[in-house]
Amino acid sequence: MSKITEGAKVVLRVENICKCFNTNEILRGISFEIKKGETKVVIGPSGSGKSTLLRCINQLTVPDKGSIWLEGEEVTHHMKDISRFRQKMGMVFQDFNLFDHLNALQNVTIGLIKVKKMDKKEAEAKAMEELKRVGLEKQACLYPAQLSGGQKQRVSIARALAMDPTVILFDEPTSALDPELIGEVLEVIKDLAEGGMTMIVVTHEMGFARSVASEIIFIEEGIVIDQGTPHKLFTNPEHERTKRFIHKIAELYGETENNQ
Amino acid sequence: MNTIDFISKILWPPLWEGLGVTLRLIVLAIPLGYIGGVLIASGRVYGNKLISSFCAIYTLFFRGTPLLVQLFILYFALPSINIYLSPFVAAVTGFILCSAAYHSEYIRGALQSIKIGQMMAAEAIGMTKLQAVLSIILPQALRRSIPGCSNEIIYLVKYSSLAYMVAVIELTGAGKIIAARYFEYTLVFSVVGAIYLFMVSVVTLALHNLEKKLAIPGIGR
Repeated sequence: MSKITEGAKVVLRVENICKCFNTNEILRGISFEIKKGETKVVIGPSGSGKSTLLRCINQLTVPDKGSIWLEGEEVTHHMKDISRFRQKMGMVFQDFNLFDHLNALQNVTIGLIKVKKMDKKEAEAKAMEELKRVGLEKQACLYPAQLSGGQKQRVSIARALAMDPTVILFDEPTSALDPELIGEVLEVIKDLAEGGMTMIVVTHEMGFARSVASEIIFIEEGIVIDQGTPHKLFTNPEHERTKRFIHKIAELYGETENNQ
Repeated sequence: MNTIDFISKILWPPLWEGLGVTLRLIVLAIPLGYIGGVLIASGRVYGNKLISSFCAIYTLFFRGTPLLVQLFILYFALPSINIYLSPFVAAVTGFILCSAAYHSEYIRGALQSIKIGQMMAAEAIGMTKLQAVLSIILPQALRRSIPGCSNEIIYLVKYSSLAYMVAVIELTGAGKIIAARYFEYTLVFSVVGAIYLFMVSVVTLALHNLEKKLAIPGIGR
């Protein structure tokens, strides 16, 4: 809402993505596109396929049907070249998935060194910059086991940022955090949104969704039920189901419609 | 001749030579067996169907047959297909192959204990599966494998004595020759046993130090 994205170029297109696990249809034809600088927030009940959707985008899960286009190039079914695409699609996981044997700095440099083949000095300088950006330059030498949940998640954001991604996928980045640590992570994501980073964020944080989303997508049972600006979804959703979901979550997390 | 003289003049020189052979056997077999174990375990966990089943069958075979039989095959049976191994090479080969099978199971357990998220995160930043295994999974799994694998390494120090059965005169073999010649079984095998105990103590201490040296907050510390 705060960002002007009219006329910006489409960087990621998701077309009719379907995915079954055994006979269980998780995604039943999801399509949307995201323009440069947009923040798309994906909401929906648990089990509705939000995480699977993100994983289908960077092909950690290969979709059964449909296609993904990144900056005009088709990602799907080009598994030989997938590394090149994945570098451009950062991913931040619910449970951080920091590399446990590497300290914060090494967690950020390893992708630069092994994947981007950057030399070590250069990689470290770049990594320090990213750690600074998430406020963790002092923790560079600490190992994941020595960091709080919020710090771990910020390192993992730095790790994604270091690859200079075109888009970052956030998979419930605050769901595994203690309530008092959620703020510091949301703050970083908010800063990124304001800095013009293109992002898809799966979250249950409605206050956050309201304040940073360019558009909210409500998914249930593997299809898009409702889609629109936060204003539209929070005040005037097309479907009764969307309204109920938003109210329920807002109640759970203690956020009312009017706080912003 | 008193006991001291017997030990120092008669027993010690051949034991010393035998010990040298034993050390050469285990110095080769320990690292190569471990590397073999890493390869077999990785193939089992991350290989395609063909590689994975090969590794499973390998492990079944080498854990499922007596090491002595394996040594006999290497030394006595291979010549029938025109492969001639010296006693030392036959013994060391047998130890490496067998040790790799046991190591591979400890290492497989360690590999499978690494959370799937580690692999996903590695692939998500653009690593290939091979890169992810080499730079993310193995460094963690191998650290976790040390306590289990130290079992196999200590066992290897002792089963190196089986080399005697394919005519390698190592520590136990050298002792047996003296014991039989002088009918001094109790004394000779007490000394031989003490030497193995000493070697195992050194190896145990070394592995313990290695484990401490490689420990990282959260992994082994």
